[in-house]
Amino acid sequence: MVTQGHATGFLRTASAVAAKDLRVELRSREVVYTMTFFAAVIVVVFSFAFVKDQKALVEAVPGVAWAAVIFAGTIGLGRAFDREREGDTMRALLLTPAPRLAVFAGKTVAITALVVAVEVVALPLCLLFFNVDLGAAVLHLALVLVLGAIGFAVVGTVFAAMLLRVRSRDVLLPVVLYPILVPMIMAGTKATGALLAGAGGEAWFWTQFLAAYDAVFVIVALWTFEALVIE
Amino acid sequence: MKRVLVPVLAVVAAAALAVTLHLIFFVTPLERQLFFNQKIFYWHVPNWFVLFTSVFVCGLASAVYLKNRNPRWDDVARAAGELAVLFGAIGLVTGSIWGKAAWGHWWKWELRLTTSLILWLTMVGYVLVRRFGGAGSERLAAGLAVFGVVNVPLVYFAVKLADALQQESAHPKAEVVSQLTSSMKATFQLSILAFFALYAMLMIVRTGAIRDERRLRDVRERGLDAGILEP
Repeated sequence: MVTQGHATGFLRTASAVAAKDLRVELRSREVVYTMTFFAAVIVVVFSFAFVKDQKALVEAVPGVAWAAVIFAGTIGLGRAFDREREGDTMRALLLTPAPRLAVFAGKTVAITALVVAVEVVALPLCLLFFNVDLGAAVLHLALVLVLGAIGFAVVGTVFAAMLLRVRSRDVLLPVVLYPILVPMIMAGTKATGALLAGAGGEAWFWTQFLAAYDAVFVIVALWTFEALVIE
Repeated sequence: MKRVLVPVLAVVAAAALAVTLHLIFFVTPLERQLFFNQKIFYWHVPNWFVLFTSVFVCGLASAVYLKNRNPRWDDVARAAGELAVLFGAIGLVTGSIWGKAAWGHWWKWELRLTTSLILWLTMVGYVLVRRFGGAGSERLAAGLAVFGVVNVPLVYFAVKLADALQQESAHPKAEVVSQLTSSMKATFQLSILAFFALYAMLMIVRTGAIRDERRLRDVRERGLDAGILEP
């Protein structure tokens, strides 16, 4: 039974973990700077690759934007958890009496914030290089991006946490992560493409799909995290 | 038990495969629309049945392993994961050959093809983790299997919905089975039996090999701990 006290304790622990992660990040800004720069480079390289008659192809925008976010997100995810490994602080974190799920929730929130930071840079850059004017659909796109960031962070946190004690974790992270992310990437690119084409109804449909994806993997993650990340 | 079962299953599988070959090429009639290239169906479809069974076994055994920590379930999951990659590769290759004959393309981004490919990539990721993850990768692999199985319907619906918004699916439907003539149906059923006998035999042998491997490792570690063995 979850009582009132448990629930607030859970939230307090989760926000403490998230605040700790974000504070560590804000002191060095290492992950945020490298991630966003990497995302920007990907956008530039790709938009350069999709040029025709001195103009970039608008059809490539969803793919470029999401590829940039996912690739940069993977870099950030790996680095954020490497930090915990270097100081062996993940073990310390798990040894505290804090509930494991609160640790998971806090980590997920911090990663979501990082991915959103990347999106804030990568998407405007995409729109700029590809000469797209979204108008009022920007708010809808923001919702799509936040839902995508949550999905990425939920699945990514589980796998990155499990990979801590595994050899060659840098190569294995994308290997295990991307196949699971496929539905999210599909829905995200479809929603972005629909917004660019001005098809609001189709975009809403994919936005709901993204929300459903997030919900499913939040449940699976909560259900398995404890069993998966035991020292 | 195992000493009897493995040879029996091997003989059943070999005999049934040989008989289906004869039936496929000399007994069953030509299909009205697809003519000769329909004949791949007798092996291609049972092969996919086996693949999906294997993925499901892998996911289920992984979930049980995460729950009760009995490494025997992990052995089963590992064997099932490896066989899923094997049968998936056979299915993708036979499917491509058929696609080239029927559609003129080796590959189409169609519902079943895309879903199977993503599922296969997940299982390849699973085997890569087992192969290169080293110690401690069992839990990561089990988590990947559970997430992968949960992901199957999501991928399926994502592709189905994206496909429905565009065009009609080109892959033959499951309904065709009810339209088969009796000799076609009998051949198909015998082929299913053959493939499942082959699968069961491979599962038993491979699970046993993996279990022996793990036990040998454990014994060696115990020997090292006790100082009986030289490192």
